[in-house]
Amino acid sequence: MIAPLHPRSHVPSSAPAKGQPLLKVDAVDKVFERGGKTTEVLRDVSLTICQGEFVSIIGHSGCGKSTLLNLIAGLTTVTRGAVLLDNREVNSPGPDRAVVFQNHSLLPWLTVYDNVRLAVDKVFGRLKSRQERHEWTLHNLDLVQMRHAADKRPGEISGGMKQRVGIARALAMEPRVLLMDEPFGALDALTRANLQDSVMQIHSRIANTVIMITHDIDEAVLLSDRIVMMTNGPAARIGEVLQVDLPRPRNRLEMVSGRTYIACRETVMKFLYERHRYVEAAA
Amino acid sequence: MLASDLKTQCFERSVASDGAAETALATTLTPPAAGAPAPVIALKARGSTSGFGLRRVLGPMVETVLPPLVVLAVALFIWEMAAAGPRASMPAPSRVWTEAGDLIASPFFVNGPQDIGLGWRVAISLQRVAIGFGLASIVGIVIGVLIGQSRIAMRGLDPIFQVLRTVPPLAWLPISLAAFRDANPSAIFVIFITAIWPIIINTAVGIRNIPQDYRNVAAVLQLNAMEYFWRIMIPAAAPYIFTGLRIGIGLSWLAIVAAEMLTGGVGIGFFIWDAWNSSRLPDIIVALVYIGLVGFVLDRSVAAIGALATRGAQAT
Repeated sequence: MIAPLHPRSHVPSSAPAKGQPLLKVDAVDKVFERGGKTTEVLRDVSLTICQGEFVSIIGHSGCGKSTLLNLIAGLTTVTRGAVLLDNREVNSPGPDRAVVFQNHSLLPWLTVYDNVRLAVDKVFGRLKSRQERHEWTLHNLDLVQMRHAADKRPGEISGGMKQRVGIARALAMEPRVLLMDEPFGALDALTRANLQDSVMQIHSRIANTVIMITHDIDEAVLLSDRIVMMTNGPAARIGEVLQVDLPRPRNRLEMVSGRTYIACRETVMKFLYERHRYVEAAA
Repeated sequence: MLASDLKTQCFERSVASDGAAETALATTLTPPAAGAPAPVIALKARGSTSGFGLRRVLGPMVETVLPPLVVLAVALFIWEMAAAGPRASMPAPSRVWTEAGDLIASPFFVNGPQDIGLGWRVAISLQRVAIGFGLASIVGIVIGVLIGQSRIAMRGLDPIFQVLRTVPPLAWLPISLAAFRDANPSAIFVIFITAIWPIIINTAVGIRNIPQDYRNVAAVLQLNAMEYFWRIMIPAAAPYIFTGLRIGIGLSWLAIVAAEMLTGGVGIGFFIWDAWNSSRLPDIIVALVYIGLVGFVLDRSVAAIGALATRGAQAT
């Protein structure tokens, strides 16, 4: 069995209870300017995400879903509108919005342990003792079942394992919102299913708030409470939001033939392939 | 055909049943006919992997050490033949050995302030290289890091560096003598100015090529400037930096010998010049071998340190 979770000591007392609005994307436009040419990527995107919610953002490639995630992460800035976390505007990156990057982005010169420890030291350097930080690092490696590879370097472990470590590093920052940018996109189907189960399990244990970018319909339906469907760019907006009313814990085998699951899947599919077909195909 | 089929059958059975007998079999059996080459291939593969431990270690050593030795012997032989005639202008290897053998046999003798072994001379040259190259490394990496940060600085300075780096080391010497008015600092400056360009350029390119992913990680973690420098920048650029250092040490060694010929003193470069002035050709040949070997060791040392320091840095 997995060890009990550490008390979440530093979460501000003003933190919303489960189900309360936590993150607000408020009428956001994003325009890129490059060499005198302007490209409108996002137009009037508004979205509210509640504490403990798991939200997927799905859309065709190039629809600006990664841009939306980068805006929330603070890695790019909004052109108009605002991103609010706990009713405070955020416009620079920070560990309260930890990101799991698509290609893991582990630092190859550090061991698995040191990659996570770097984040732990940075976020909890003043709040926790050395021993506590060591234990917290190992605890998070345990969460993703990667403690056994603590002393290995990223080059010595598989793609799925790297992504596990990437998730551990992000979770170790105790983010208010965990942002995942196509976290399983580069993995094979079996590894992907395995990691999806791990993410579901972690989400059910620590009830964290997650925003995940994906282009995989099954993944979105399986993991999410809500699925945000983006229209095609340029000037993409939110086309539709689907509530996934499937009971948790979810089991992929039991669900796959269930009526709700199939209905959800169908809704997303129709949105993506009938109403907002891939631009190149439509043109 | 039938006979060969039978042979291969025996062959396979014996290989399968008793691996130890395979070497004996391989020597006694005639090779199977062209119709059945498979067992032979299998046997060869097995034989090479399951050989004695000693053979496994010695095999590669023989493969890497033997060819250069053979080439060397052939070259010495041709040289001996070419320089055998009475009108030959170059000394033959045998004459080098008889006239300058003491330089090879005892590199560390001291008979007076100007009569010391080649080992000492090399050490003095290395000392100059150490100072000049050491300064070039520190200054080069610092400038490279600063330039690598800024696209405009890179654009502005890169063409100038590209021009300066092609200036031959000795061309700097008169200016440097005029500036320092002393031979030793001038020689060190020549090394410095020769080695610094590849270090600057490679470091700057390494810094520019830090993947956006690492920058994003640093941004999310809110690393400050110093943390970013030590935790991300230096390790990420280390492979490039070491490439620059390796080119730099090679150029340093080229420069010091030439500079010492002109500035005098007791380095290995001056020794060659001195030997030339007193027509001791065999001494020059021995000195050349010394210079070559030391240069080789320097190059390999920097490469080895680089390999150690950048362990894992390039893996993805």
